[in-house]
Amino acid sequence: MTNNYHSYSELKSGLENGDTTVEKLVNGYLQQIQANAQLNAFNEVFADEALEQARVLDKRMQSGEPVGKLAGMVVGIKDNISYKGHKVTASSKMLENFTAIYSATIVERLLAEDAIIIGRCNCDEFAMGAANENSFFGPVKNHADQTRVSGGSSGGSAVAVQAGMCHAAIGTDTGGSVRQPAAFCGVVGLKPTYGRISRYGIISYASSFDQVGPITRSVEDAALLLEVMAGPDEYDSTLARKPVPQVADLKKESGKKRIAYMQEALSSPGVDADVKATLAAYIDKLRADGHIVKPISFELLEYLVPTYYILAMAEASSNLARYDGVHYGYRSPNAVDLTSTYKKSRSEGFGKEVQRRIMLGTFVLSAGYYDAYYAKAQRVRRLIQNKTNEILQEYDFILAPTAPEPAFALGLKEKDPVVTYLYDIFTVQASLAGVPAISLPAGNNGKGLPLGLQLIAKSFNEQELLNFSEYFLQL
Amino acid sequence: MNIDEQTVDKIAHLARLELAADEKQEMIKDMNKILGFMDKLNEVDTAGVEPLVYMTAEVNNLRDDVIKQDITTEEALKNAPMHDDSHFLVAKVISK
Amino acid sequence: MTILNSSVTDKYELVVGLEVHAQLSTLSKAFSPDSAAFGGQPNHHISAISLGHPGTLPRINKRMVEYAIKMGLACNCSINLHNTFARKNYFYADLPKGFQTTQDQQPICLGGFVPVKLSSGVTKNIAIHHIHMEDDAGKSSHDQHDEYSLIDLNRAGVPLLEIVSQPDIRSAEEAGQFLTEVRRLLRYLEICDGNMEEGSMRCDANISVRLKGQTTYGNRCEVKNLNSIRNVQRAIEHEFTRQIAIIEEGGHIDQNTLNFDAATGETSVLRSKEMANDYRYFPEPDLLPIQITEEQLESIRQAMPALPNQLFEKYTGELNLSDYDAGVIIAEKDLADYFEELISHTGNYKSAANWMMGAVRSHLNENNLTAGQLELKPKALAGLIDLVDSGKVNNTVAAQKIFPELLKGEEATAEQIATRLNLMISNDSNEVEQFIKAAVAKFPDKVKEYQKGKKGVLGLFMGEIMKSSKGKIDPQKTNQLLIKALESE
Repeated sequence: MTNNYHSYSELKSGLENGDTTVEKLVNGYLQQIQANAQLNAFNEVFADEALEQARVLDKRMQSGEPVGKLAGMVVGIKDNISYKGHKVTASSKMLENFTAIYSATIVERLLAEDAIIIGRCNCDEFAMGAANENSFFGPVKNHADQTRVSGGSSGGSAVAVQAGMCHAAIGTDTGGSVRQPAAFCGVVGLKPTYGRISRYGIISYASSFDQVGPITRSVEDAALLLEVMAGPDEYDSTLARKPVPQVADLKKESGKKRIAYMQEALSSPGVDADVKATLAAYIDKLRADGHIVKPISFELLEYLVPTYYILAMAEASSNLARYDGVHYGYRSPNAVDLTSTYKKSRSEGFGKEVQRRIMLGTFVLSAGYYDAYYAKAQRVRRLIQNKTNEILQEYDFILAPTAPEPAFALGLKEKDPVVTYLYDIFTVQASLAGVPAISLPAGNNGKGLPLGLQLIAKSFNEQELLNFSEYFLQL
Repeated sequence: MNIDEQTVDKIAHLARLELAADEKQEMIKDMNKILGFMDKLNEVDTAGVEPLVYMTAEVNNLRDDVIKQDITTEEALKNAPMHDDSHFLVAKVISK
Repeated sequence: MTILNSSVTDKYELVVGLEVHAQLSTLSKAFSPDSAAFGGQPNHHISAISLGHPGTLPRINKRMVEYAIKMGLACNCSINLHNTFARKNYFYADLPKGFQTTQDQQPICLGGFVPVKLSSGVTKNIAIHHIHMEDDAGKSSHDQHDEYSLIDLNRAGVPLLEIVSQPDIRSAEEAGQFLTEVRRLLRYLEICDGNMEEGSMRCDANISVRLKGQTTYGNRCEVKNLNSIRNVQRAIEHEFTRQIAIIEEGGHIDQNTLNFDAATGETSVLRSKEMANDYRYFPEPDLLPIQITEEQLESIRQAMPALPNQLFEKYTGELNLSDYDAGVIIAEKDLADYFEELISHTGNYKSAANWMMGAVRSHLNENNLTAGQLELKPKALAGLIDLVDSGKVNNTVAAQKIFPELLKGEEATAEQIATRLNLMISNDSNEVEQFIKAAVAKFPDKVKEYQKGKKGVLGLFMGEIMKSSKGKIDPQKTNQLLIKALESE
């Protein structure tokens, strides 16, 4: 049985013309999840619940009842998204037994449009990682090559889509956590503009970066999910009051564009040869199609990653203070007083990378170091944002690889944190500037590993970004 | 920046983390390495540049003063590691 | 404790700055929509947000900002038009987010002062450093269980104003007057009930001493947990002598945080300076700035109620009341509100003030009521004042007969009651003549005394007439008629 509808519009016609039913779809995904359990993409599968919802939906559709925009779309949600009555763990021992008492705004919006949530996807602990190797529940493996990582932190979400375990998945992107695993898994990953989608119910990692993003097979589905999830929410006061792009407005862009690409991506020894070749090939194709494609050198390139980590770690150190063993979550059985409740619960409940980031974040905010690290990074962030916006004034898009390499081997990178952090070099720019970016599949390398390219657009210009992506994928 | 054991102890206490001896040594090594990497930012001239704090240009997103009570005491206590009928329970500041 | 000779303490000057926390009486919490009401069953006024659950985000309560601006205007502060929030990071069992949401760099109110009247007759302006908005923590109780602290998060997230004075306070009296005045302002503005016992107003005191004439400050101690104005004063007095004693013995004042024990009146160390937290303040990324416009400020300014000092000026100036009467009336907002309404219904301010100072206050005191709880509405009392002024009843009858009836809160007006009880002064001269005639007939020897020049017996006749007429006579008119009658006997 195949569930591999490329887009929701195909799936919808399948449902309408009787080729399939929602129940059949869910059963198909459940089989696929079971058959690929070793990929470890899901922390929990809501099998019975999803089947029940499918049957109800089938009945409603058969009786001609009006249904929502996502009727029959089966999605996986990253396990850092709150869904009332379900566990939400952030892939941490700290929240291993935590049950959400409310639903994230995006969950409510998905359900209101009749999407079916099939389970919660594995991820890096508290979304901290680029390989999904920091999960308390074990690493996620790449469906293209099970000896390799899925990417992270939304690794489970990307693999779930890659391996046909659901139609689409929702991830979160702080410094590239939707885009990079999407690239590693050969699927589409969109990080919208900061302020586009409500963060209410998303377990915070770094508040000024975190954004929800869809992981899909098609650009059309990314547009559809963006339409459903985006827009003002009374529970998130950082949202922009801007009109939301509509999937109905999605059209393959045919106009000629001005595109900048990162020169260093083609010259740097740190970038894999296949990645370079793919980027070069696309540049040629775009030029051949009449677009203006020019190399740029981003003078702040080497400061992107340190700026990102200082700020993200600082915010994380404060966002993760609430996990203290007092009101919910893990409490150490070895605690004897209040201080040891804190210290033992947090040391036993958090993994190594999370503790490292909390330590560094605490340090850069501490008396005597705030100006030198935290405030300094905020200033550099402004320069990065200004410079990025300047480029996007002159060009419609910035083109870059999503990651310097295709999916790497499991266990390879976790030794040296700095080496791991540098892996985010191409994704953190959009996160620091708050602008939208998308990772698009760009074929495979000789070993069959997917490669991804990234397009960055102006703030709140997702419509143009998606239109061009639709065209880009058919180059 | 050079992080020593005393600094790590101070930071660990502020963050309410407890590091075993070997973990502490590794933390010192990692923190020095990462902070060394972060020190690169000192090369950037930021004179006269205001820190970037807010990622959208919006202001004044305020809420009307209206009560919405949708969580019960039972729900509040459901995830508590220890509780009675109406309170969260935690070991006292100083153990007996 | 060393008992210090006044010749020693006289060398020193006390320096105090106060931090007042006022819980704002908004309906919902500072950053979440659950109830901010005091009391309630434990962990009842809560939401996923105030529980600090993963993924929750704050959103600013508009009314909190309005209240903060009102207090700033009342304290003569300048209002900061661009406001931001910050996180103050520390761990405590009743702080579920792991940080307090507060204002750091840009508090909403800056500068300003609160004038306080001292017993010496002098009015002193106590300068305000700033006022900022923040959220409250929950409550831990440590004495209900042997091993565990019990945590109630009803209070977590309730909006607070922190009002920080400059170190301008030089005596326990000044501290007490400052707190009284701040509390009065909060109550006049109806933004906080000012109840220190319930903790809706709390005070920390920063206390130091220095030799008189010195221009630098001594090391200060911060005393926490002061739950009444009296205790603030006791703590100040205790610290003043404690710190002087240490200095006199050649010691050094450690910059500690102290706890005040209301039972013993003494302080003890809660935290040493070395244990001081590093709060790692940083801008709260989940809350966008608040930009207040001049128009908003002006509309809040326009809607401000009259404040006690303004009323005092009005009463002693325009209304010509004594300082004492004006002071009593403005002391409690309820009483002032009552008086304000009363004088909107009658032009006899002096009489209105007399009623307030006399019959109304005694009734309130005897029955432990506030003016707001009074059944007798100001309009009805104004009716009684007018009835007296028009000569239809006399003061005694008004106070002893009609006022008690009015207190029952009946619908009837003073005039209706007077008519019903047959208390209206008779304008019928014949009737008055009858009373006079009867009185004169009753005491023939007193008539003789009067005629011999003993004018003092007039009172006796008047008393008799009052009694027989049940007060329903116009005393002045009767007096004239009586004299006429006696002289013509």
